[in-house]
Amino acid sequence: MNRIPLSSLKKGEKAIIISHKGGRGFENRMSSLGLRPNAVIKKISSQLFRGPVTIQIGNSQVAIGHGMANRILVARIINE
Amino acid sequence: MNKILLIGNPNVGKSVIFSRLTGVNVIASNYPGTTVGFTKGFLRHDGMRIEIIDVPGTYTLDPTSRAEEVAVQMLDDIKDDEQAIVLNVVDATNLERNLNLTLQLIQRNIPMIVVLNFWDECKHTGVSINVEKLEQELGVPVFTTCGITGEGIKHLVESLEQVKVSTLQVDAENIWNEIGLIIEKTQKLSHRHHTFFERIGDASIHPFTGIPIAIIILAVSFYIIRFIGESIIGYIAEPIFDKLWTPVLMKISGLLGGSGFFHDILLGKLVDGSIDYVESLGLLSTGLFVPLGMVLPYIISFYLVLSFVEDSGYLPRLGILIDKFMHKLGIHGLAIIPMLLGVGCNVPGAMATRILETKRERFIAATLMAIAIPCMAQIAMIFGLVGEYGVGAISIVFGTLFIVWIVLGLILNTFMKGESPEIFVEIPPYRFPYIPGLLKKVWMRIHWFIKEAVPFVMLGVLVVNILYFSGVIQFLGNLAAPVVKGIFGLPKEAVGALVIGFLRKDVAVGMLIPLGLSKSQMIVSSVVLTMYFPCIATFAVLLKELGIKNMLKSAGIMILSTVIIGGILNLIL
Repeated sequence: MNRIPLSSLKKGEKAIIISHKGGRGFENRMSSLGLRPNAVIKKISSQLFRGPVTIQIGNSQVAIGHGMANRILVARIINE
Repeated sequence: MNKILLIGNPNVGKSVIFSRLTGVNVIASNYPGTTVGFTKGFLRHDGMRIEIIDVPGTYTLDPTSRAEEVAVQMLDDIKDDEQAIVLNVVDATNLERNLNLTLQLIQRNIPMIVVLNFWDECKHTGVSINVEKLEQELGVPVFTTCGITGEGIKHLVESLEQVKVSTLQVDAENIWNEIGLIIEKTQKLSHRHHTFFERIGDASIHPFTGIPIAIIILAVSFYIIRFIGESIIGYIAEPIFDKLWTPVLMKISGLLGGSGFFHDILLGKLVDGSIDYVESLGLLSTGLFVPLGMVLPYIISFYLVLSFVEDSGYLPRLGILIDKFMHKLGIHGLAIIPMLLGVGCNVPGAMATRILETKRERFIAATLMAIAIPCMAQIAMIFGLVGEYGVGAISIVFGTLFIVWIVLGLILNTFMKGESPEIFVEIPPYRFPYIPGLLKKVWMRIHWFIKEAVPFVMLGVLVVNILYFSGVIQFLGNLAAPVVKGIFGLPKEAVGALVIGFLRKDVAVGMLIPLGLSKSQMIVSSVVLTMYFPCIATFAVLLKELGIKNMLKSAGIMILSTVIIGGILNLIL
């Protein structure tokens, strides 16, 4: 399984979260939004010039700064 | 039971349910963090009087932000209160994520009820939840509601006595596994096609489609605001004042003999033998016309448009589009919300800076707003008065303020210690605004304006008269002449406007008219009046939000940049 940072996922691709690393506040916010290892997400968009990345988890969308998105490792899901 | 805490994730509709339960109107919008403080109200049912507290939204009981700390503190406060219960409001379309907080609440062994809100939306989002099973799994009563239409609220109120302490044992380490099991047993998702709103939602957040969409939305909003504002002024406000009110005033003027102290205070000075609603400066002429005839129409149109955009869920998306740019100013994209609220009135704008996480961001956002964002009352006056000198003059005023906003942000971001954190927010779904709810919100905001602004305008007009009669204005004018005349190139009488600007900026702009200013003087004074200091109402809120030390710093920045910008404008115009 290839691990890539969330920020390099392409628009429309689905992935499974493998791990994430950051300060307490970051970890806390991640888990409270349901962004935990094994969760399935889909990338919706990313803004120009390394702007925020938007992903879909369950029925909600979350925007994550580019730097934070770099610290979330995911594995692509290739077609179901 | 005498106390109910409404607790839930941000943007699940707690405030709407609060309004339904208590009849107390609170502002609710479609973005997380609308409720930054807490609101109390009372529910009367069966002869009981139950206190209801609308707690700011939180994702977790392990707080990471100020609003979340407030929520946890309030929960701690009721720990030993046997008469207190929790209503856990849950977004039914997002059950899995919401259950995290629900299970954390259950761990605390408090009597609670779960409310599945947005129940009506489940159908078209393809979510079906087995409520009875969910009740069994959680061990507390579960009710379904639709806050905005009020469906299910009555049933909920009648069933409050069923409140229970759950016996479910939750292991903190395993909370997500636990949630996974509950979801498997209670929720079914059916496949469905993208809804129309979701397609727009996705387009408005991709940079290549999103930026043009943002420009169109802002431009359309601007024209609608102008169209509604001008129509109300032209077809309603001015005819009422000219045809109905002027004759009354002229009669009173005749009775008072056409001049004198009381005449001037009540009606003001006659211009060419009749009332001039802007220049006369009487309590019953200018004191009523400025707030009701010139400003109110724009307040109505602005809040109609803003509330519509707010409730649609667009603002957080706009925030994400411009996030990268806003970071250069030391604030993140969501700071667009306090800025836009500040265009209506700086007071709610200053309060909304609380949605930003760090002190640094709040300081930058509050300072930029207070300096460079004129409120709608002032904008309306600038449009009405500077507008006579053409669109060019108006563009210079707002263009200058926009440049100040950017440059000052760049400077503050460079020289202030610390960093501003990256954005990390949930984006609400698009919703078509519920019109009765929207109109109620607009009405609350207008009502607030009339209640707060009209007395202050009257006070401002009264103070002007007293200051002129007593010679204080002339004295201050001489004192401030070096700055006002020397740097800004304005007549020394303009000092009167600066004094009154502290009370009301709209009246202050009106006071410039009798001075016979040139086009460039009018531009300089409009910019200076916006920047030099916030009005007293905004000042009071900023003082509370920033603390004395930071408020002094902020005020220093305001005065310094006003002198520099006013001086530069005077030199180049």
